[in-house]
Amino acid sequence: MEVTVRLTVNGQPAEGSAEPRTLLVHFLRDTLGLTGTHVGCDTSQCGACTVLLDGRAVKSCTLLAVQAEGRAVTTVEGLAALLPPEARVEGLHPLQAAFWEKHGLQCGFCTPGMLMTAADLLSRKPDPSEAEIREGLEGNLCRCTGYQNIVAAVRLAAERLRAAGAAAVGGEAALAAGAAAQGGAP
Amino acid sequence: MPTLFGTPLRRKEDPRLITGHATYTDDIRLPGMLYAAILRSPHAHARIRSVDASEAVRAPGVVRVYTGRDLEGRLGPIPTAWLVPDADLKTPPHPALASERVRYAGDGVAMVVAESRAAARDALERIRVDYEPLPAVVDAEKAMEPGAPLVHEEVPGNLVLHWRAGNGAEAAERAIAQAEVVVRRRLRNQRLIPTAMEPRAAVAQYNPATGELTLWLTSQNPHIHRVLLSGALGVPEQKLRVVAPEVGGGFGSKIPFYPDEALVAFAARDLGRPVKWTEERSENCRATTHGRDHVQEVVLAGTRDGRITALRVRAVANLGAYLSTAAPGVPTILFGLITSGPYAIPHIDVEVFGVLTHTTPVEAYRGAGRPEATYLLERLVDLYAREIGMDPAELRRRNFIPAHRFPYETPTGLTYDSGNYERALEKALEALDYDGLRKEQEEARKRGRFLGIGLSSYVEICGLGPSKVAGAVGFQGGLWESAVVRVHPTGKVNVYIGSSPHGQGEETTFAQVVADELGVPVEDVEIVHGDTAQTPMGWGTYGSRTTPVGSGALALAARRVAEKARKIAAHMLEAAPEDLDFRDGAFQVRGVPERKATIQQVALQAYLAWNLPEGMEPALEASAFYDPSNFVYPFGTHVAVVEVEPATGQVKLLRYVAVDDPGRVINPLIVDGQVHGGVVQGIGQALWEGAVYDENGQLLTGSMMDYALPRAGFLPPIETYRTETPSPVNPLGVKGVGETGTIASTPAVVNAVMDALAPFGIDHLEMPLTPEKIWRAVREAEARKGGAAA
Ligand code: FES
Ligand code: FES
Repeated sequence: MEVTVRLTVNGQPAEGSAEPRTLLVHFLRDTLGLTGTHVGCDTSQCGACTVLLDGRAVKSCTLLAVQAEGRAVTTVEGLAALLPPEARVEGLHPLQAAFWEKHGLQCGFCTPGMLMTAADLLSRKPDPSEAEIREGLEGNLCRCTGYQNIVAAVRLAAERLRAAGAAAVGGEAALAAGAAAQGGAP
Repeated sequence: MPTLFGTPLRRKEDPRLITGHATYTDDIRLPGMLYAAILRSPHAHARIRSVDASEAVRAPGVVRVYTGRDLEGRLGPIPTAWLVPDADLKTPPHPALASERVRYAGDGVAMVVAESRAAARDALERIRVDYEPLPAVVDAEKAMEPGAPLVHEEVPGNLVLHWRAGNGAEAAERAIAQAEVVVRRRLRNQRLIPTAMEPRAAVAQYNPATGELTLWLTSQNPHIHRVLLSGALGVPEQKLRVVAPEVGGGFGSKIPFYPDEALVAFAARDLGRPVKWTEERSENCRATTHGRDHVQEVVLAGTRDGRITALRVRAVANLGAYLSTAAPGVPTILFGLITSGPYAIPHIDVEVFGVLTHTTPVEAYRGAGRPEATYLLERLVDLYAREIGMDPAELRRRNFIPAHRFPYETPTGLTYDSGNYERALEKALEALDYDGLRKEQEEARKRGRFLGIGLSSYVEICGLGPSKVAGAVGFQGGLWESAVVRVHPTGKVNVYIGSSPHGQGEETTFAQVVADELGVPVEDVEIVHGDTAQTPMGWGTYGSRTTPVGSGALALAARRVAEKARKIAAHMLEAAPEDLDFRDGAFQVRGVPERKATIQQVALQAYLAWNLPEGMEPALEASAFYDPSNFVYPFGTHVAVVEVEPATGQVKLLRYVAVDDPGRVINPLIVDGQVHGGVVQGIGQALWEGAVYDENGQLLTGSMMDYALPRAGFLPPIETYRTETPSPVNPLGVKGVGETGTIASTPAVVNAVMDALAPFGIDHLEMPLTPEKIWRAVREAEARKGGAAA
C-alpha cells in the first residue's frame, strides 16, 4: 500500500509514491533520484543523510517520507541555489567552495551531510569559533579527513558569507526556517 | 623543470563530490533491477540442521531465495590470495553461503532477491533456520588451548599459520640473557572495525546474449576482484567487467573478495536481471572485515646507557573465522618484517601464531601490520627509557639508523631505501619546543596537573612492491602498476591507470605529474581509473602503493610520449631531436627560440600522420608497466601532548605534532589531508575504538552507537611538518603517505598518557584508554601507595 507524498524539493514541487514506512532519505534517493544524500548508518549516528527541512538541518533517516508532506526539503544538489548568484563562489555555495579549497573532503561520502549541517550552523551562528564549529559537527562522522580541513572550510565559508553580507541559508528555505521558528506553518 | 610538482592544487575530483553529482555504487539504478538481502547467522558457532525458505519464497515481491545448497557446484569457494610460505599455512574452505555450519555471528546463510529493498529485507524474517548452537571461542589464545572448540575441522588447534622472522632466535636469546636491562611486556592491540563511511555495495548486470557480466563494486582493487570473481563464478575474464565507481573510503575493508559480491553477481546471471545489494551499517560491523587484534609478548634488551641490543616478539594474531583474501600476509610480512622500526637493532626474533576464532574475519586495516609493529616497539622503547631514566627522545636518537648507513639491511631482511630519522625527530622537538614543554610539565605536576608528552618514531614499508618479492612471500599476484598516457589530436590527455584510488586524490596528483612531464595545463589531463573495461591491469590501492607505484608507471609512460613527441617535433622543425629543448610545453630549436612546435601541434601531426618520420607509427600515446625494484620506506616522528585528569580519567589532547617524510611531495594539501585522517584514526584506536565480543561471540559494538568513532569535537588541530628525503628507487622520488598517520599516532598518544601517569607509577594500560580504565588505574595506584605508606 503506497501513498502519495507531495513536497517542495530544492525549490521545485515534487511528488512520488512511497510506502508509509519509507524513510525520507530513501524517498529522496530512490523515488526522486537525488542520490547526493547518502546513507551511512542505521542508528542515526553518522549524519551522511543530513538535509534541510524547512531550512533546518535534519537527518533524513530519522523521518518518514510522509512526515515531509507539504514541507520544503533542500538537498546538497540544491545547496548553491539557496543563495543569490552574487553570493556564490564559482557558482557554488561558499561552503562548497571552501570545502574544495581547504581540502575538506577525501572520499566525499560524508560531505553532503557535512555541508548541510554546516549550512544550518552558519545560518544560526554566522561567526562561530573553532570549538563551536567542532561542536556543531558532532552529529556528523567523517572517517577520512580527521575533521581538520572541514573545520577550516567552515571557518573560511563563514568569513566569506559575512564579507558578502549573505546568510548561509537564504531564499525560501530561510523564510521557512523563520516561520517554523515562530511556530507558524511555512 | 617541474612546475606543478609540489603545488597545493585543489582537487580535480571535488566538484562532483561537493554538489551531489558523484556516483557511488548504491546510487546506481538499472531498469528491472532487483534487490538482494543476506540472512546472517545470529550464532557465532552452530550446526545448521535445516534451512526452510518455502515461506520466504512465497512472500510478496520475492523472486528467489538462495541457500548454501543451491550454490553447490555453481559458485566456487571464496579464495585466500596471500599464501605466506614457510608458515604451515592452512586455508580452510570458505563457502559463499554456509550450509552445514556457521562460524561467526554474521556468516551468510541465505540470500533473498526481491523486487524492492524492503521486500527483500522483510522476507529474511520468513526463512526458518534450525540451528544447533555449539560452543564458540572468540579469544585467540583460548582458541589455541587444547580442547578449544574448532572453527574448522581441518585446522587442528585453530592454528592456521606459524611464522618466524629475524636473524636467529638463539642469538637473540643470548643477547637477552646477557643484557644489562631487559624490558618485558604483554601488549594487546585491540580489534578495530574499519568503518568506511560508505557501506559495501554491489550491483551486477548480466547480458545473456553476449554472456557479459558487469559488477559495480565498492572495491579498492577492481582488477583483483575480476580475477577472483572469474574463478569463483566461472565467467571468462574477457566477459567480466568490474567497476569501482566512486568509493566512499576503504581503509583495507574493501580489499577482500567477499561472498556477498560473488552472490550478487551469481544471482544477476542466474535470474537474468540486474541485482543490487547494499549492506546496512550493522551488517558492516559484523560482516565486513575487521583489523588488528594481536596479543604480543615483547622483550626488549639493551644496555644501561641506552643501546638496544635485541628484540623478541611473540604475537598471537586473531584472524577470525575464515582466512580473508590478504589476511595471512598482514600479521606476518607486513608486521614481522618491520619490527626493527627506525632503529639499528642487532638481534631480532619474531614469532607469529595466526589463529582462527568464531569472529568476523580480520584483514588489512589502514597500516595493516605496521601499526601493530610500531606500537609494540615504541611502547617498549618508552618503557626502556623510563627503566634507565633516560629522556625518550635521547634514547631514540641513540638507536636510530644513522643517515649515512642507507641503504640499510634490517635483521629481518628488508633493505630500507633512504632515511634521515634524526632530522625528523629534531624537527618535531623543535616544533614542539620540547625542552620548554618538559619544564612546563614539571611545573604543572607540582600544581597537581598531569601533562604527558608521547613520542613515536616510525618507519613503514610501503609502495608494495617488487613483484618477485610478492612471489617470494606468497602473494598470489604481481605488485606492479600500469598506465596508458594518450594525447588526443587536440593535445588533451587521458591517462588510464590500473590502480584504484578512492578518496586519496590521485586524479589530481597524477594529473600534476603528467602535466609536468608533457608541459600541458593540468586541466587538460583527465585520469581514468577503476573500470577494468577501460583501464590496463593494476593491483589496487592499498599499502600506500598508488602514489609510488602508480605514478612510477605513469611517469614512465608520459616520458615515452614525450620522447616520441620530440622525434615528431624534430621532423617538423627539420632539426635533430637532440637539438631541441622541451620547455613550457613546446619543443624549441636550441638557439632559435622562434622555431618551435607546441605539444598540441605535435599531437595533431601525430594523428594526421601526413608527414611522420620514416617508419614511425601514428598517434601519440604510450603505455608503461612499472615494477618497482624495492619497497619505499617513509618515516617520521609524531608527538602527542595530553593532559590527564586523574579524578575523572579524562584525557585531553592538547597538541599533536606530526613530522612525516614521504619522500618528494606532489601535492602538499593532499599529503596534509592524508596525515590528518590517518592520525585521527590512530588516535581513535588509542583512546576510543575497540570491537568487543561477549564470550559467546556476540559483537557488542555492532553499530555506530556502540563503536566509538572519533568525532570533530574531541580533537586538537594536527600540526603537520615534513622533511623530504627522496626515494632513490622511485622514478619520482616519492614514497607514500596514506598510512603514516595511523602507524605513528597510536603509540604517540598512549606514550603521552603513560607519561602523564608516570607520577602514579603507572607505566602501561591497554587500549583504548577510556576514562574508566584510567580512573581505575589511578585509584588502584593510590591505594597501593596508601598501603605502602601505612
Ligand atoms: S544515515 Fe542518517 S544518520 Fe546515518
Ligand atoms: S571524506 Fe570520506 S568520510 Fe568524510
